[in-house]
Amino acid sequence: MTTTDGRPGLSVVDPPTDPPVPARRPRRPWVLVATSLVVTVVLLAPLAFLLIEAAGAGVSTVLHLIFRPLTATLLWNTVRLTVVVTALCAVIGTLAAWCVECTDLPGRRIWAVLVVVPFAIPDFVVSFGWASLTTWMQGFRGAVVVMTLAVYPLVYLPVAASFRAADPEQEDVARSLGISRTRTFVRITLGQARGAILGGCVLVALVMLAEYGAFEILGYQTFTTEIFTEYQLSFNPGAASALVLVLVVVGLLVLSLEAAARGRGRVVRIGPQVQRVTAPHRLGRATAPVLVAFAVLVGLALGVPIGSCVYWTFEGGAHSLGGVSLLSATWHTVLYSGTAAALATVMALPVALLAVRYPRGVGRLFERSTLLVLAMPGIVIAFTLSYFLVRYADSFLYQQAPLLVVAYAILFFPLALVGVKASVAHAPVGLEEVARSLGQGRLAVLWRVTLPLIAPGLAASFCLVLLAAVTELTATLILVPTGVQTLATQFWAYQQNLSYGQAAPFALVIIAIAAVPSYVLGRYFDRTPVQDGVATVAPAAPSATPSAVPTVGSGL
Amino acid sequence: MALAGAVLAACGSSGPGSSITLYSGQHVQTTDALVAGFEKITGITVNVRSDDEDTLSDEIVAEGARSPADVIYTENTPAIQYLADQGLLAEVDPSTLAATPTRFNSPDGRWVGVSARVSVLIYNPSLIARRDLPTSVLQLADPRYRGLVAFSPAETDFQPIVTSVERTYGHAAALRWLEGLKANAGSHVYPDNETVSDQVNRGAVAFGVINQYYWYRLQAEVGAASMHSKITYFAPHDPGYVLDISPAAVLRSSTHQAAAQRFLAYLVSPQGQEIIAHSISFEYPIASGVTTARPETPFDQLQPNDITVAELGDGSTAIALLKEAGLL
Repeated sequence: MTTTDGRPGLSVVDPPTDPPVPARRPRRPWVLVATSLVVTVVLLAPLAFLLIEAAGAGVSTVLHLIFRPLTATLLWNTVRLTVVVTALCAVIGTLAAWCVECTDLPGRRIWAVLVVVPFAIPDFVVSFGWASLTTWMQGFRGAVVVMTLAVYPLVYLPVAASFRAADPEQEDVARSLGISRTRTFVRITLGQARGAILGGCVLVALVMLAEYGAFEILGYQTFTTEIFTEYQLSFNPGAASALVLVLVVVGLLVLSLEAAARGRGRVVRIGPQVQRVTAPHRLGRATAPVLVAFAVLVGLALGVPIGSCVYWTFEGGAHSLGGVSLLSATWHTVLYSGTAAALATVMALPVALLAVRYPRGVGRLFERSTLLVLAMPGIVIAFTLSYFLVRYADSFLYQQAPLLVVAYAILFFPLALVGVKASVAHAPVGLEEVARSLGQGRLAVLWRVTLPLIAPGLAASFCLVLLAAVTELTATLILVPTGVQTLATQFWAYQQNLSYGQAAPFALVIIAIAAVPSYVLGRYFDRTPVQDGVATVAPAAPSATPSAVPTVGSGL
Repeated sequence: MALAGAVLAACGSSGPGSSITLYSGQHVQTTDALVAGFEKITGITVNVRSDDEDTLSDEIVAEGARSPADVIYTENTPAIQYLADQGLLAEVDPSTLAATPTRFNSPDGRWVGVSARVSVLIYNPSLIARRDLPTSVLQLADPRYRGLVAFSPAETDFQPIVTSVERTYGHAAALRWLEGLKANAGSHVYPDNETVSDQVNRGAVAFGVINQYYWYRLQAEVGAASMHSKITYFAPHDPGYVLDISPAAVLRSSTHQAAAQRFLAYLVSPQGQEIIAHSISFEYPIASGVTTARPETPFDQLQPNDITVAELGDGSTAIALLKEAGLL
């Protein structure tokens, strides 16, 4: 582990601290530059389309649409919910992570799994689970509770990774200097995890901006739900692009906030990266209340959605709605998500190689510009792509499966980049140079040396995108081919018809499928390099963990 | 050349083994039953694309001459009239039009009426007594109903009511009415009529505006024992008492004209209408003399407002008003 600097955060925008830059900079291979350029162009296409469409609608029209009464309401709804949920997630995620990683909480290993599992449950299923049981869970109140329970793992994961990697000696030093326990916790413990907390919060905020399904179920109006309605009322991006532009600007603000905050202060760890084994904090008399708190958290975040789905599966009323079979929907979900995961991983490869091996110049530029995708919610990518193809590309790929796959790949590219980049950064460039010096061609080196070295990272990226795509709803609703239903869209059709009994099994299958990549990822990120004996490869390091896991169920 | 190809395709593809694409804004229950019946009789495969009717009609406008759609079938007339106004619809076969009473068809023969639904109030008797309910749609904006009423402005079923109010009372009064209704509903502004029905039934809000069949469908879904709500009508001929026609049409750009026309003919045929009468969609059949087999108020006893399909238009008046009121 070379990048254990204790501030994981949104490591997609966080280059490894010491990329293995060769002493003498070799010429950038043009194939790498060309493929990276193509990937970047594809990723930025939706943004370009959006701007073209907005420009086509005319500045005055767009301004008129932005400054209408509804926009203020939406802005207020979206911002207040985002702020409240992000704050709650920060508190819950951080406290839970500290208890699991730094204390003698009984059953730590089990809790560590249970508090993360909600992550594999799509937000719209959590929302369905609650809303189908009680009408209390509606509007702002419902949105706060449901979204907090659905997305707090986005803070928990990076913060837990950060605590694992943090230098415990600093706390000891602070205590030995006579600083109180509480102040030590706030200034040292939280200080070390600051970057991770912030990174998690940014992810939560981005999810809140992009979420559609959960809010639709809860009857809470945000930018994204209204954009959906707007596109439905008129399949005309000119009109909807006004709201989309505001949403993208808010997303960019969130991203820049993170970048700005990350720039200040540093957390440094000196010396060999060997974890000193320290005694965990003793909870003492607080043990029982903390255990109860964990039980309640897991019960609410995990028990209610799954319990509700199981309940409706067996207790649902008469079925009035036909639909595709569970088998057919499962097949299409796996087919589209799997293809997208492979595509996104392949797309990430040249960008990661260029950014890590040739970090100066265009490599970094490509990498940075691909991150703009983070500010584009799924709904925007889906609508702009399909509209643009109809309008300007003679309906090429329109309403066809490849378009859905490409949209997934664009949407979740940042996830794929995380895993690929981390493993490329850790693959010793020396081995490639040796291979080259032995007369192997570039492609042969890539195939026989680089790829085997970074294979675990590629697998992790594949799993991340797979997980995110299986639980995606918004873009899927828009782009699913005529006559086909995925698990998410068929669930949605039943749910909208109030056919809870028929909707529930589809939700359960989504959770079951999502559990597979989650498990693989959990194993992957849990491995310690030393134990595995593949120290240089495995590592994805804590700095990758956080941003890696994040986006499940989000639809960033 | 392209024309010749289209003609050939049109001639050669109305029998077994061919296929058409249906853009359906209708409820999936209704569509599925009708499509299954049609496929069985004709052997023609129907690819169904289900979405909200306004989305579909705008997609068709955007797709233009290359639209994959052959037939469009919607819940209300405005979405399809919008296409007729854009010159995108073919003329419906006269024999098909003849199956439905003329007043339920497009004035210029571009679409045929297939089924009907009527606006009602759904209320929860434990929260509000029937005698306290409004009898006129205008009263929905009365301050005494603050916090008690739910509705769904984004639902296309709501637009005809807005159009009807505007027609009777004028633009300014309709806008004031919408603003009052919005204030009364508060947080009970829901994304669709299913949610309105569900929330009233579960006691989250006292009453709401829906179309009648949502209530029957909810009953079919949750069971009679779980129904804690009832429905009632506005006063006879009130502007809020609106009959909506669910229409279907053939796209002018369709390369399967014959098969598409056959589908329309099937929708209004006795077989198609019987499916509507007996399926769990709970809409009123209106063609070929078929009547509902359901416990709903018989169609001929309804006393709706006299607004015509022509006056309902393409819904743009309603959408403009809803935007002005900050509801869209």
